[in-house]
Amino acid sequence: MSLLYMSIANRMITYIHILLFQGILLFAITYLTLDKVEPLNVAFIMLETIVFKAIAVPWFLNSLIKRNNITREAEPFLPNFLSLIIVTLIIVISIILSSSVSSKLIDKTFFIVALSTLFSGLYLIVSRRKIITHVIGYLIIENGVFILSLAVGNEMPMLVNLGIMLDIFASVLILGIFFNKIGDVLKDPDVDLLRNLKD
Amino acid sequence: MISVFLILSSLIGIGLFFNKNKSLMYSLLVLYVIQLWVFGISQYLQIHTEASFTYFKPDHIGILLLLALAIVAIPSLFHGYRYMEKHNEGETPRTKGLFFSALIFLMTASAAAYLSNHLAVTWIFVEATTLSASMLIYHHRNIRALEGVWKYVFICAISITFVFIGILFLSLSFKSAGITDLTFDSLYANYAKADLFWLRLSFIFIFIGFTAKLGLVPMYTAGIDAKDKAPAPAGALFASILMNVGFISIYRTYALINKTPLQHWAKTVILIAAVLSIFVAAVYMMRIKNIKRMFAYSGIEHMGIVMIGIAAGGIGVYAALLHIVLHTLVKPVMFFQYNQIYWVYQSKSIYDIGNYFKYNKTGAIVVLLGFLSVTAIPPSGMFVSEFLIFQSLIAQKLYLILILMFILLTIIIYGFGSNVFKLLFTPPIDFNEERVPVIKPWESLSQYILLGLAIWMAYCPPSILIELINGSLKLIA
Repeated sequence: MSLLYMSIANRMITYIHILLFQGILLFAITYLTLDKVEPLNVAFIMLETIVFKAIAVPWFLNSLIKRNNITREAEPFLPNFLSLIIVTLIIVISIILSSSVSSKLIDKTFFIVALSTLFSGLYLIVSRRKIITHVIGYLIIENGVFILSLAVGNEMPMLVNLGIMLDIFASVLILGIFFNKIGDVLKDPDVDLLRNLKD
Repeated sequence: MISVFLILSSLIGIGLFFNKNKSLMYSLLVLYVIQLWVFGISQYLQIHTEASFTYFKPDHIGILLLLALAIVAIPSLFHGYRYMEKHNEGETPRTKGLFFSALIFLMTASAAAYLSNHLAVTWIFVEATTLSASMLIYHHRNIRALEGVWKYVFICAISITFVFIGILFLSLSFKSAGITDLTFDSLYANYAKADLFWLRLSFIFIFIGFTAKLGLVPMYTAGIDAKDKAPAPAGALFASILMNVGFISIYRTYALINKTPLQHWAKTVILIAAVLSIFVAAVYMMRIKNIKRMFAYSGIEHMGIVMIGIAAGGIGVYAALLHIVLHTLVKPVMFFQYNQIYWVYQSKSIYDIGNYFKYNKTGAIVVLLGFLSVTAIPPSGMFVSEFLIFQSLIAQKLYLILILMFILLTIIIYGFGSNVFKLLFTPPIDFNEERVPVIKPWESLSQYILLGLAIWMAYCPPSILIELINGSLKLIA
């Protein structure tokens, strides 16, 4: 699974490749699962996954990294081996959690994948030092939410559309406006520089 | 009606964004206030008509907060105007236009979020408030503002994702009964059919998500930095109407949970978050050195008190609603007055300020009265609501929480008071008195009016207020 790889990856470029890979995966999943929804809607969702998640965002991140001369080291707080174990634990726990759920409403695989993606994204945010890895963690959380909304979305396309709106809105806001600005103001984007606002 | 309001407000906002002419800008602002009032009153008149709207519905609690917004809108735009004209030379017509159009979008999005009858619609407008708030925080375009806005946007983005997950679970919970209509009316009508497991998950996610706006424990940090870094008139809005957006969303969700067997569990969740919030506020109040952040933490404390009232139930819910209205009126006063303090001392650190009575007498009286009001010392209006909340805690036999609250509130009053009295009476060290600007007493007039309004509303509440609060109570009762 890409999450496991993500936990040990050290170089920025690997993160971007993983995001790209996840985007393509999501595209495939959409294609396979959403068969009851009207075609126009499916086309829209697929367009979103392939264009936005798999092409635009990775490309944009890549150009950001080049532009701001971000060093390629990811600078985790914890050693990679420990991260690997933690992410594995997250996956195991989500499997246990979802097996305790007895509900016919939701496909269990989706639920497991969504939960583990969600928590790994959160883990990635807290365990890495650079702002851009926080952004990547957030994008991974969004992928998890997307999978979750797909699981529900067969009968409720409106919610999926809302989720896509969230995706586009938040990513554009976070990535576009502010990271651009942060890159201009701070020469080496590191969370440590954004630590002065306190009491 | 609401579509007319939204379109008109957006037009005014866009107009402000592109406009370069000063007098046109201020006449547009006056126009906005007038149409906000017309909208608020017309919604109030529609309250009794039982027309079924899909996405928006003028119900009691929505109107209550909408009218509070309309009241606060006037002084905050006025102080925005003073801020722009007096504050610094760096303001160009472009930055002014941007500031005011963001203010107007913030107020409009909050008003729409109050009245929305559908969780997803609320969610959309909450996103809109995040966007406009981030414009306001970044007004000064320096690195500290950038840091504030980055943290705010990031935490709000995560919490909005949480709310979205909550909505997904909510839809799952009702799907088993074949209900796909997620308006609050339909949810309230069909609560008995909900799947409790998913409902529980959904409440926890929605609650955590909206605490970013409300300012309770898990996600409160974003709001503090935002209020600190935004210009004070915008900070006043963050501390009042934006917190109400989070409040109304949680209130409506809680009203649903309250009908189901989950209500005891939900009360425990809310109580834990609320007590922790007051605790956090007390800890920071003791050692805080930045007075603007101190006002922001005081907001966290008040939201904790409000949520305790909601969870205690009975008279506590009435008191909580009264408290949130009074807080909406009183808290902006501190932020408005903060601007004048900053003009005098050019600093917000407690070490650089003091002896405020000497430099600005009217303003100093506002600070003193505001301090009494915010800490709920009589004759403050909040004394009434806090007293009723204590009463409801005793009625529910939640003595432990009551004692904890007494201790924490005393600590907060001590921390707040020692800073405020330092500001008012102790002479500052190394302070150059020659540069102190003369501040005219009429600039503090709006603060007096708001403080007076809060006292009047608490001790002899007008019939409209009672009617609106009692109407809102029906959601939970």
